[in-house]
This record gives sequence, C-alpha cells and structure tokens, in this order.
Amino acid sequence: MGRLLHRRAWLTPYALLTPGTAWLLVFFVVPMYYLGKTALSQGLFPIFSFNWQWSNFSDSVSTYSTQFVRSLEYAGIATALALAISYPLAYWIAFRGGRWKNLFLLLVIAPFFITYLIRTLAWETILADNSVVVRTLQAVHVLGSDGRLLATSAAVIAGLTYNFLPFMVLPLYVSLEQIDHRLVEAASDLYASSPVSFLRVTLPLSLPGVFAGVLLTFIPAAGDFINAQLLGTPQQYMIGNVIQSEFLSLRDYPTAAALSFVLMGAILVLVLIFARVLGTDRLTAGAAA
Amino acid sequence: MSERLTRGEFMRRAAAGGTILTVPGLLAACGGGGGPKAAATTAAVSQTLPKTITFSNWPLYIDVKKKTHPSLVQFEKHYHVNVRYIEDINDNDSFFGKIEGPLSQGQSVGRDVVVMTDSSGLPQRMIQLGWLEKLDKAAIPNMKNLIPAQKHPNWDPNRDYSLPWQSGMTGIGYDPKKVGYEIDSVDKLFTDPKLKGKVTLLTEMADTMGLVMLSNGDDPSNVTQKTWDAAVAKIKKAVSSGQIRQFTGNDYAPLLAKGDVWACFAWSGDMVQLQADHPGLKWAPTTTGAMIWTDNMLIPKGGNVYAGSVLMNWYYDPKIAAEVEDYVNYICPVAGADAVLEKTDPAVAKNPLIFPPASLLAKTHIFDGKALNNQKYKQDFQKLIGA
Repeated sequence: MGRLLHRRAWLTPYALLTPGTAWLLVFFVVPMYYLGKTALSQGLFPIFSFNWQWSNFSDSVSTYSTQFVRSLEYAGIATALALAISYPLAYWIAFRGGRWKNLFLLLVIAPFFITYLIRTLAWETILADNSVVVRTLQAVHVLGSDGRLLATSAAVIAGLTYNFLPFMVLPLYVSLEQIDHRLVEAASDLYASSPVSFLRVTLPLSLPGVFAGVLLTFIPAAGDFINAQLLGTPQQYMIGNVIQSEFLSLRDYPTAAALSFVLMGAILVLVLIFARVLGTDRLTAGAAA
Repeated sequence: MSERLTRGEFMRRAAAGGTILTVPGLLAACGGGGGPKAAATTAAVSQTLPKTITFSNWPLYIDVKKKTHPSLVQFEKHYHVNVRYIEDINDNDSFFGKIEGPLSQGQSVGRDVVVMTDSSGLPQRMIQLGWLEKLDKAAIPNMKNLIPAQKHPNWDPNRDYSLPWQSGMTGIGYDPKKVGYEIDSVDKLFTDPKLKGKVTLLTEMADTMGLVMLSNGDDPSNVTQKTWDAAVAKIKKAVSSGQIRQFTGNDYAPLLAKGDVWACFAWSGDMVQLQADHPGLKWAPTTTGAMIWTDNMLIPKGGNVYAGSVLMNWYYDPKIAAEVEDYVNYICPVAGADAVLEKTDPAVAKNPLIFPPASLLAKTHIFDGKALNNQKYKQDFQKLIGA
C-alpha cells in the first residue's frame, strides 16, 4: 500500500494542476486556435475558407499601421502618466497613511463601483467645450479661445490614464508596503541622504510593483477602444476601434483576427524587452520576498 | 380588429394546434421560441399563440406610461399572452453580431420579432442568407393599412419578410442661435470656418454618404464608383481640415443640446424629442434633399411566425399605431393613425416630421441597396470614420 502511494506520488502535482490547466485549455488555448485559424482564412462572415492566408497579417498591419503606432504611443504616455501620479500616491499611502491606509485604498478603488462606460462618459461632461475645466484653461491662455479638450488626443490619453490608474496604484502600494523599514534606516545610518536611500533602497525594492503596474496599465490601454470612441475623433482612433469595426461593421473576421494577433504579439515583445531591461531575476526575487 | 378571438375560440385553437405540434415545436412554443428549432415553418404555420412572445426593439421606441407599455398591455390582455419586450438593440451592427452566431448555426435566437434598419443592409442580407421567416400574411389583415410609399421596397418587393415599425429622415440638426443662421446646406456645413470642430456626421454609411452624394448632385439610390469616390473625397477633406469633430450614433443629441456641437447630420425623430426640452433646436432637410430609412419588424429563423405576425397585425391597427406615435415621434407607416391622432393629439398629427406632407416626402431619397453590402465601399467608409 505504502509502495503504491509512493509510486503514485509523482502524479499529485499534476492532479493539482488539472483545474488550472483545464481552464487555460478551454478559455485560452482553444479560442486561440480558432482565432489563429480565422486569421489565416479568407472571406467574409459567415463564409470563410481556411487557406493559410498569411497575407492577412502583412495587409492588415500595413493598412492600419497608423492606428497601431498611435495605440502604443497613447498607451505608453498614459502608462507613464499613471506611474508618475501613482508612485507618490502609493508611497504616501504606504508610508504615511497610518491607520487611514485602508480608507485611502478604498478611495482609489471607489471609481470601480461604477461601470467603465459611465466613468468615461462622465469625462465627456468634464471636458465639454463649456465646462469649467475648458473655461479655466482658456482664461489662463493654456487653450486658445476656440480651443477644446473633448475630441482631442489629450482627452483620450487623460481618459486612459484615469481609467487604468488603480491598476497602477495597487501593485505599487503592495510592493512599497512590504519594504522593511529597517533597510531604509540602515541606509541613513550609513550616511545616505534621503534621495540617495530612496534611489538605492526603496526604488529598487519597489520595482516588482512598478513592473506589475506598468503591465496591468499598458496592456489593457493599448487594446482599449472606449476612450478613443467617446473622447476622441477619427484622428484619435486606436487599434481597438479598428478591430471592433472590422468584426462588427465590416464582418471581416480574418483581418480582425490577424490584427488581434499582431497586437498581442507586439505587446508580448514590448513586455519581454521591458522585463529584460528591469532584470527578471530581481523581479522574481522581489516577488518571492 | 377584424380578427377577434374569443377566449373559448382561442382555447379551442390552442388545443387543436397542440395536437399537431412536434416535440421540439412544443418546447419552442412553451419557451417563447427558445428551443433549438421552432415548428413554425412557412407551410405548416401553427395557428396557436405561445405563452410568451419575445419582441426585441430599440430603446425609447414604443409608448410608455408609468414604466409599462399600454399598447403591449392591451395586446397581452386581448390575446392572453405575455410579451417579453426587450430594448436591446442600440446599433444594427452590434445587434447583428449578437444574433449571427446562433442564426448561422441554425439555432433560434430566442426572439419572435426584432426591429432592424433597411439602410444598414442587414435585413436584405438576412433574407439572402435565409435567416428570416416569411410572414404569415393571413394573420396580418391590417397589412392593408401600410402606407403606399412603403409597400414595395426593392430589398423585399412584396413585404414577404418585413413590415415597417417606424421610418425616419436624415437631414441637418442645428442650433440656430449658435450657428447664427438657418443652415440647410451640406456644403456650408463642410466649409463654414465658423463651424470648425462643431460639426458631427453619422456613423451610418447610408445616412452620411447619402446626404453628401445629394450635395454633389449625385443620386444616392444608384451609387457608382465615381459618385462614391467624389463623396469620400469630400468628407475626407472636411475631416482632415478639422471641420468634422466626430462621427456619432444617437449620441450627437446630448452634444447638440449641450452646445459642444452646433450643427450635424441628424435623425428627424431624435430632433422632435430633443425639441421638447430644447425648443430652440431645429431640423431641416438639406437644400439638396434628405435621406429616408425604415426600421423593420422581422421574424428571425426559429421565431414563432404566427405569434410574430399577430403582433405585427396588432400594431397595424390605426388606433394602436396612434398610441405608439403619440410617444415615438418618428414617421408612422400606418395609414389612418393620423386621423385617430387628429382627435387625441392634433399637435402630433400636424407635425410634418411625424406625418410628413407629400412635399417633404418628395425630397427624400433611399440609399442604394446594392452599395450597402458592397464590401469595398464599407471598408472605404470605415476608414473614413476612423478605423
């Protein structure tokens, strides 16, 4: 009996992996297979023929390169802005929040109690031509007297930044919160000024949070289409808008599928480069700690 | 109502129908057409009503009184059925995206009647794909009330598959105070520097391209490559100069009301509704004409043909049509509804945007059905509006 259990023991980890693997298989691998097959097909809904149409990829990328570049650009700027806003915020909550920490965190998450669409529509009102914001900016001559915010790139980037901000704040907070204060104290005992101890101790230790936050913000932002649709104009449309209209209006599923794959690939490459730059060893070590 | 079922007769029919129903048909009838395949095919239409009839429509497109729809409540009482009324159609393309999966697999979409716009090209395409049931005209004697202008659309010449719910005109909606003059020309809309960034066009291809073609002196009901390219070039120029702010669906309405948009391509019925709160706003056909489109009641494959047809018949009773019209403000396709409204709400009966006079209808044009499903054109247009 004991021998039998011993012999079967190697199975246990695999058995434990089964639910996760099944999930991945059903909801990721299988859809991926069909998406891939569609991307290599030809035709319009509902008649497709699968014939290794590799040109779908090159054609769709060359046709919509503007929107591709724009998506990465907008998502990049929004991520940088979100990081710049979130870092001090998360730092402050983690180190100075005291007993109000949970309240502040709740406030960060509070907008999530309202649906994404409504939050974005609210920005339509905030940035409207007759809004206080626009009037004020016109009064201080940041905007020309006939200038506007709504239906510009600035509005789309602001919308993206706002909508994905909590995804940046939370991982940053978690990694900052975990930092052992004695390390910072040790740094100052060793005559490091506060900027130096921040740069050499706190910042490196918070990098896993930065990494996670950047991914959680950049990836959905790059594929977003709601912000561009509601706050932008055709000149601001991103690749998500293109994919949406290819699927729903043109019913050109192969092109839409190919575009989705290219977007996925582009994001994956960027993420790998980013991980490389930050140093994966340190990140996983940080995450483990 | 010429076909008034007494309760006894109804029960008798129900019993008779029940015996000839197949098992899947019975399931479908009980589930309001939710089964995999309803028994209702053209030849052996069952003459019984299911317990529940499912009707999908656009939001704010029927009479409302204290959160109920009186015309539907009366229908339910009259026929002893439930109507599940769902307002889940916001956009033809998105709705089609929702139902095309099941329909392409030969499955029912759980709806007996849906409402879709002819100018989206989708009703036409659904007929070609065999995704629509033929109406049971014997159950729709009120079809005689269909206004003559709507009797023979080119995509369904004998109205075998469709009956209009409402129609609407596309023209220019504007705020005369902001614009400073009565704007009724597309060319002014596209070039007046005063309107830069204050103009929106519609994401519906037929509406936007149709009005621009008219302004070019071209015929939108017969699109050629040359007239198409000219219209595309004209819009492209206005977009890249920054004159056009956005392409919108119904969402131009709040923008116009708030003053972010001063003039735009707009639907007549929306403007009637907007005018209730913003009496200053105006709608006009352009100097070169207006576009007209029609939302059609359709029975998707797997829906209960008899039930759908009886429901359509109900709404072609001028009295019921008048109740809907009193609330909806689009163009009524039912003859005689205006006579009813003359007595109950003369202001609506006299509104030219709801019962347009012949002189206004003469200015309206229907978009080319062939061009609607031309993939090349659709691609051009999607690129134009930003994708």
